[in-house]
Amino acid sequence: MKKTLNLLLAGVASMGLAFAACAEDYITLASTTSTENSGLFASILPKFEDTTGIQVRVVAVGTGQAFEIARRGDADSLLVHDTAGEKRFVENGFATERADVMYNDFVLIGPANDPANIRQAQSAEEAFAAIAKAEAPFASRGDDSGTNRAELRHWKNAGVDPDGDWYRELGSGMGPTLNTAAAMDAYVMSDRATWVAFGNRQNLTLLFEGDKVLFNQYGSLLMSEEKHPHLKHDLAQQWHNWLISEDGQQAIADFKVDGQQLFFPNAK
Amino acid sequence: MENNAFYVALSLLLNLDASLFQIVALSLQISLLAVLIAAVLGFPLGAAVAIWRFPGRGGMIVALNALMGLPPVVAGLMVYLLLSRAGPLGEWGLLFTPGAMIFAQVVLVLPILAALSRQKVEELLGEYREQFVSLGMSHSRMMPTLLWDARFALLTVLLAGFGRASAEVGAVMMVGGNIDGVTRVMTTSIVLETGKGNLPLALGLGIVLLTLVMLINAGAYLVGELTRRRVG
Amino acid sequence: MTAFQVPRLASSILSPSPELCFKDVSFSHEDKVLLGPCSFTLKGAGPTLVMGPNGAGKSLLLRLSHGLLLPTQGQITWSGEIRPRQAMVFQQPVLLRRSAVANLIHALAVNNVPRRERVKLAHDALERFGLTACCNTPARVLSGGEQQRLTLARAWVLSPQVLFLDEPTSALDPAAIKAVEAAVHEFHQRGTRIVMTTHDLHQAKRLAGDILFLSGGKVREHSPAEAFFEKPVSREAQAYMAGELVE
Repeated sequence: MKKTLNLLLAGVASMGLAFAACAEDYITLASTTSTENSGLFASILPKFEDTTGIQVRVVAVGTGQAFEIARRGDADSLLVHDTAGEKRFVENGFATERADVMYNDFVLIGPANDPANIRQAQSAEEAFAAIAKAEAPFASRGDDSGTNRAELRHWKNAGVDPDGDWYRELGSGMGPTLNTAAAMDAYVMSDRATWVAFGNRQNLTLLFEGDKVLFNQYGSLLMSEEKHPHLKHDLAQQWHNWLISEDGQQAIADFKVDGQQLFFPNAK
Repeated sequence: MENNAFYVALSLLLNLDASLFQIVALSLQISLLAVLIAAVLGFPLGAAVAIWRFPGRGGMIVALNALMGLPPVVAGLMVYLLLSRAGPLGEWGLLFTPGAMIFAQVVLVLPILAALSRQKVEELLGEYREQFVSLGMSHSRMMPTLLWDARFALLTVLLAGFGRASAEVGAVMMVGGNIDGVTRVMTTSIVLETGKGNLPLALGLGIVLLTLVMLINAGAYLVGELTRRRVG
Repeated sequence: MTAFQVPRLASSILSPSPELCFKDVSFSHEDKVLLGPCSFTLKGAGPTLVMGPNGAGKSLLLRLSHGLLLPTQGQITWSGEIRPRQAMVFQQPVLLRRSAVANLIHALAVNNVPRRERVKLAHDALERFGLTACCNTPARVLSGGEQQRLTLARAWVLSPQVLFLDEPTSALDPAAIKAVEAAVHEFHQRGTRIVMTTHDLHQAKRLAGDILFLSGGKVREHSPAEAFFEKPVSREAQAYMAGELVE
């Protein structure tokens, strides 16, 4: 009995040590699923870590949740794609600085037979209007993410109030939404990165792309020292600076999936 | 062939993939540690509720039984709000670390261990009570005797707790953040791979997880049966 | 009696037997009187054998005496200032899910016997009751007779001044019954006051110093054994004896 107990205690102690060993220099970055799932972070983070010795721990959630995490002081840095929301975040004093980092674009995905005929659309506005007119099933993230917010803007621009049986709010991340769309042959708006890396396409195919309004700007935010003095502001500043530096921008440009560049650096 | 989940699971296991190994090791560490902590708290709690009669005891039993069904995301949300910097335990800096995941799993597993051990200990006490009173044992002295004599039943209870801990994803996702190499465990990996549309890989990971849980259960069952047969 | 080291606990065993006094005691459950009211005093060396038909309240009387149950009315008192050390052997042996010797060590531990003395006392008792070979056997895989001997050994290590036995042999074969009766005799020899229930007349004749006869929840007769077996006074006991003999 005593032996077993000692063994158990030793086990617990060693686990504790294992966890403690991870506590080197690191920051927690709240970001979006599109950047994480596409493999961008897996590609660029090692380069940053090599230069600075700082580990970046990515919590990949929807943009809405990422803002919430940052607002509560649970993330040292924020990299999201909702320019309007980011500017409000700065205005409200939660962040002190915002910088453009890169963009990718949204694409419209749908069943290969394209019942709303959006292949022929001349603009995003036209494409969205066509889907609404045909009342073809459309899968929406419905989770207040950056993608969801952008999608709602496009409906508004097309003069449509999306409502009815054909419009399905899933309340899920990009990947699960694509899975569901594939299962019900629905149209869906996705960021290109997630789409290119997505493995379960079934009957879905890319139908519309290229309109400038579908560009999806990512911004990096520096948290307010005043609101959250406990955060690792020095390390976060290094990360922020690196992202918009020549090295960081090059690392983003170098990331390719199947030879295709997914994110386009555009820091000023 | 590559699209077959069993094939993927097998090749994952046979290739001893380093990142898979890390994920499996972390999953086991977190769940085992959580179950251990929950047992240290939950078994005496369950035994105490079984032994003592106090006002509100009935309500406590109902509460413990109900909490066995606590949805993992609710537990996750509660622990998230507790451990968040803006929360009461924010100072600990535990959010998005394995510690937070252990915390959340303890919250999930504790009611199971307490409620089921209460039931097992109460059954045993029914059998032993007169003998205990005859030996002049106090209530607090009964507790260790009952817990030790219920050890085989409690092993099963422990396994039930471990099953819940290792299978849940909602809570660890929320408080761990599924950070690659830090808080990514089997279940959150499965969610991630499903999100990427890598269904065979997701299912393959699921098979690996299931195999592990089955091995642990089989091991515990064997040990339990062998000793039970010896002790009668 | 071989050269048995009387344990520290037993030093006062040889002092005069404690007397048990029932005064207007009754026990009811859900408004139904199951025992009493009854008044009697157990004096002398015993052993006292509690006899009577099934449902007479024999087990109830034992449990009340031992303090496992509290009387609904009346008082149960012991002579002397402190309650005498006591133990009880049940009809169905209640043994812990551990080895034979661990059962004895546990009983010693809960009675605050110093750790270093426990193992020796336990092994001595196992030897005395012929259980040395089963020392490390799980108690619950022992035979019925061995289990009952083990509960007697457990009572033995506690050196009780009073030992209650509730039909300890009713489920045993003749050889095991003989062993239990020998053990009871040994307790008596050591000075433990025995109070035991039985429905076996022959067993009562072999063991009894005095007889407490119950029927219908009432004490009908309390006489020295010889007198009781020669000619019971109460009508109920006469009928009981006659019924038994007729069989």
